[in-house]
Amino acid sequence: MLNQSPSLDLMFQALADPTRRAMVERLGQGPASVSELARPLAMSMPAVMQHLQMLEASGLVRSEKTGRVRTCRIEPEALSLAEQWINARRIDWQRKLDRLGDYLDQTEPKGKS
Amino acid sequence: MTERNTVHAVFTIERTYAAAPARVFAAWADKEAKSRWFGADKSAERQPEMDFRVGGRERLSGTWHGDGVLVRFEAHYFDILPNERLVYAYDMYLGDQHISVSLATVEFRPAGAGTRLVVTEQGTFLDGYDDAGSREHGTGWLLEKLGNSLEAA
Repeated sequence: MLNQSPSLDLMFQALADPTRRAMVERLGQGPASVSELARPLAMSMPAVMQHLQMLEASGLVRSEKTGRVRTCRIEPEALSLAEQWINARRIDWQRKLDRLGDYLDQTEPKGKS
Repeated sequence: MTERNTVHAVFTIERTYAAAPARVFAAWADKEAKSRWFGADKSAERQPEMDFRVGGRERLSGTWHGDGVLVRFEAHYFDILPNERLVYAYDMYLGDQHISVSLATVEFRPAGAGTRLVVTEQGTFLDGYDDAGSREHGTGWLLEKLGNSLEAA
């Protein structure tokens, strides 16, 4: 389970949710306990645990329990470095093409339906 | 000593626009129009150059918000069929590091009154991924971009 290779699909799915993105952002600043992660979120502890499970399944986050405290941290090597760059390039293209669409809409000649 | 490695990747991204192929093509062919969307997620753009003809070159550089690293894009046009197709090769540099060499093919296919745009990139991604600093930077950058793109979706 620990060393399972995370799939990009699971990662995208994990990050498609604003709560989970907030959790990842928080962990980007350093490790945190589950209760620290839950504090700014307006939801029950079981709901937070469910989000955490998805993040762990995606390989982006791992957690370990010491005594009664579960500490979560981001897994910076979840994606191979090459995958990161290639994926970043793909995302860069997607953003460019989205902006191209906005530009085309804004400059559409008047008088056409 | 830098550990040398190369990784090859091919990917395709498609979009359908309501605008006709001639308008979409113009957004790639005209320097001013292209500056409105192509490099717009970088700040401090430095004097872009664009010579839009076969054999012509394009240069663009700027820093991404916040991190101060200069990103340089240098392209060379190989094939230009107005309103139909573009093929260009491009280099990417991050600071002094040469991070990739790619071939980009852009096809403008009619789709009703609009355009189906198909961008295919065939890339060789070069070494320089192996120092811990850029690795962490890469992860943060990826997550930020991923989040932004998902929010925009």
